[in-house]
Amino acid sequence: MELYLELSKDIRFAEGLKSCMNCGICTAICPAAEFYDYGPRIIAGIVQSKDEKRIEELLKSETIWYCGECMSCKTRCPRGNTPGLIIMALRSLSQELGFFTESEKGRQQLAIKRTVGENVVYKGYCVLPESLIPELHPELGPVGEWIYENSEEVYKRVGANYKGDGEGALRKIPQESLDEIYRIFEITGGFDRFDKIEHFSKIKAETMGFSEGEDDYSDYVNHIFTTNNGKHNRQYFHSHAKL
Amino acid sequence: MKREGKIQVWKDYQKEIADDHYFYVRSCIRQNFFPGSEQTFLRILRSELGKDIYENPHHTTCSGIGYHSDVVPFDTIQTIVARQFALMTEAGYKNLAVSCITSFGIYGEIIETWKEFPDELEKIRNYLKKATGREFEIPQNVAHASDIVYKFREDIANKQKFPLINQQTGKPLKIVEHIGCHYSKMFPDKGVGGAEFPNVLVGMIESWGGEVVDYPERRHCCGFGFRQYLVMSNRGYSVSNSRKKFESMEPYKPDAILCNCPGCPMFMDRWQYVIEEMEGKTYGESGQGIPVLTYEELAGLVLGYDPWDLGLQMHQTNCEPLLDKMGIQYDASLKYAGKDGKLIGKPMMVGCGDLEM
Repeated sequence: MELYLELSKDIRFAEGLKSCMNCGICTAICPAAEFYDYGPRIIAGIVQSKDEKRIEELLKSETIWYCGECMSCKTRCPRGNTPGLIIMALRSLSQELGFFTESEKGRQQLAIKRTVGENVVYKGYCVLPESLIPELHPELGPVGEWIYENSEEVYKRVGANYKGDGEGALRKIPQESLDEIYRIFEITGGFDRFDKIEHFSKIKAETMGFSEGEDDYSDYVNHIFTTNNGKHNRQYFHSHAKL
Repeated sequence: MKREGKIQVWKDYQKEIADDHYFYVRSCIRQNFFPGSEQTFLRILRSELGKDIYENPHHTTCSGIGYHSDVVPFDTIQTIVARQFALMTEAGYKNLAVSCITSFGIYGEIIETWKEFPDELEKIRNYLKKATGREFEIPQNVAHASDIVYKFREDIANKQKFPLINQQTGKPLKIVEHIGCHYSKMFPDKGVGGAEFPNVLVGMIESWGGEVVDYPERRHCCGFGFRQYLVMSNRGYSVSNSRKKFESMEPYKPDAILCNCPGCPMFMDRWQYVIEEMEGKTYGESGQGIPVLTYEELAGLVLGYDPWDLGLQMHQTNCEPLLDKMGIQYDASLKYAGKDGKLIGKPMMVGCGDLEM
C-alpha cells in the first residue's frame, strides 16, 4: 500500500496540504507545540516529502496524537494549509492500518471509542451526566460531585428535561432516532472504524500481557486511560536533550 | 482610502444573521454543564424578543467530539449532520441556530466541503436516504446562538435591569472575553468580525455597559483539545493552556470571563479550582477566583433573572463576587436547592480556595 496515495484520498488531506514552505508559523501559534514535544511544521514537511518510510513512522508515532484540533493553524498559515486537517487524515489512516497501537497516545483511541464513540451511537449524545464519574473526573471538583450525586434534582432545577420525553436539555433521545444513527454508522463506515479500533487494540492488549477477562479488556482500557510515561512534553525533551 | 473602499474591506468581517424562525440544535457539553444557559437562550428569544425558535426532540448529537477525537469518520458525521438538516427541512425551517461551537464549526466545514466537492454532497444524500429515507436542504443561514444574542444585544440593553457597572465604584466592569476556537479560526467569514476582529462577545459587553479587557493570550485556546481532555492522562495539556491564559489576564484584574463556547467556560471555571488545589494559587482580585460566564448567563443577569434559574450554582468558581458588584440581590440559602426549593445537600466545597459557603 502506498501511504501517501492513501492519505491523498482523504478530503481533509487534500484541503489541509496545498504547498508548505516550512515557515513554522503553525508551530508558533500551536497550543500543542507549547506543551508537547511537537511541531506541525515538521509533520507537514514529512508528508509533503512523500517519503513512504517516514510517513509510516509518523503513523506509528506518538507525535500525530499530540494535536488538540483547535485549528488555530488554519487561520495563520500564509499558504492556506491546515496542519490540523493533515493530522486528522493521518490519524484516520493510522487507525485503518492498526498502527495506532504502536504508541502510548495512539492506544488511547480504544478508551475514546468505548466512551464518546459508544455514547454517540447508543445514547445520541457525546457526553452524559452518568459518564462524569467523580473518580475519573476529579477536576470537576466538589460541585461536579454534588451534581453527579443529585443529578435529577439539579438538572430539573435549571429547566433541563433529564431522561424525559419530548424536547429539552438532556432529554431521552427516542429509540427510532437512535435506530437511524445506528444505520448511519452501519452504512457510512462508522462501525468499521469502531471494529478496527477494537480488533487492533485486542491484539496489542494480549501482547502487553492483558487478558480479555470477564469485562472485555477493561484492565487494558483502564491502563491506556491513565498511563503517561512522562516523556511527551517539551520540558522532558529539553531537559534530556542537554544530557 | 475612500469610504466605499472601506465598506468593501469590512464586508469580509460582517455576517448575516437571520432575524427570526430558527431551528435550534443543542450542545452535548452545554446540556451537561450549562443546561440553564440553553434554557435562558430560549427564554430570551421567546419571552423577551418574541422570536420563533423550534426544537425537534429527534435531533441528536452532531457527534463532533467523536469526530475531533478521531473515532467518528468524516462520512459518518456528514450523514449525521445531513439528518439534522433533514429534520429542519421537514419542519419547514431554513435558519439553523447552533448552541455548540464545535457543531457550528462542523456545520461550516461540511457545507464548505459540499460546495467544493459536489460529489461528496451527492454521496451523503445517498447515505442518508439509504439509512433513514430522509432528504434535506442545506440551511440558508447558519448562526451560532451567540451570533443571535449579539444581533439583539441592543434590544436586551433596552430591557436591562443590571448593567455591567460596578455599583460600588460606578465604573464599567472589566470583562475578558474568550471566543471558542472553532467559531471563526477555521472559517473566518462565518463569524462576526472574522478571526482577526471577533466582535461577537465584545458587542454584548459594550452594549450592556461593560469594558472589554485586552490581554496577550486573549486568542489562545482554552486547552480542551478533545482527546487531550477526554483521556485522563492527557489532561496536563488542558490545564496548562488554561493556566497560560489566567497568568496572562491576571494583571488586568478582570471582574469576569465571558465565553461563547461550550467547553471553554467549563474548563476555565474548573481549572481555576484545580490550579488552586495543585499550586495554592487563586486567581482574581479578591482571592475568590475569576467568575466565568456563558453569554446567556450574562444576558440573564443583565435582564434581572434569578442567578439560580440561570444555573450559576453549577459553577465551581463562585459567581457571587460579580453579582455583588452588579448589585444583584440573591438568596444564598437557595443556591443549592433542587426544584421547588427542595433541600438536597450542598457541595463539600465551593469556590477555588477554602471558602466555605
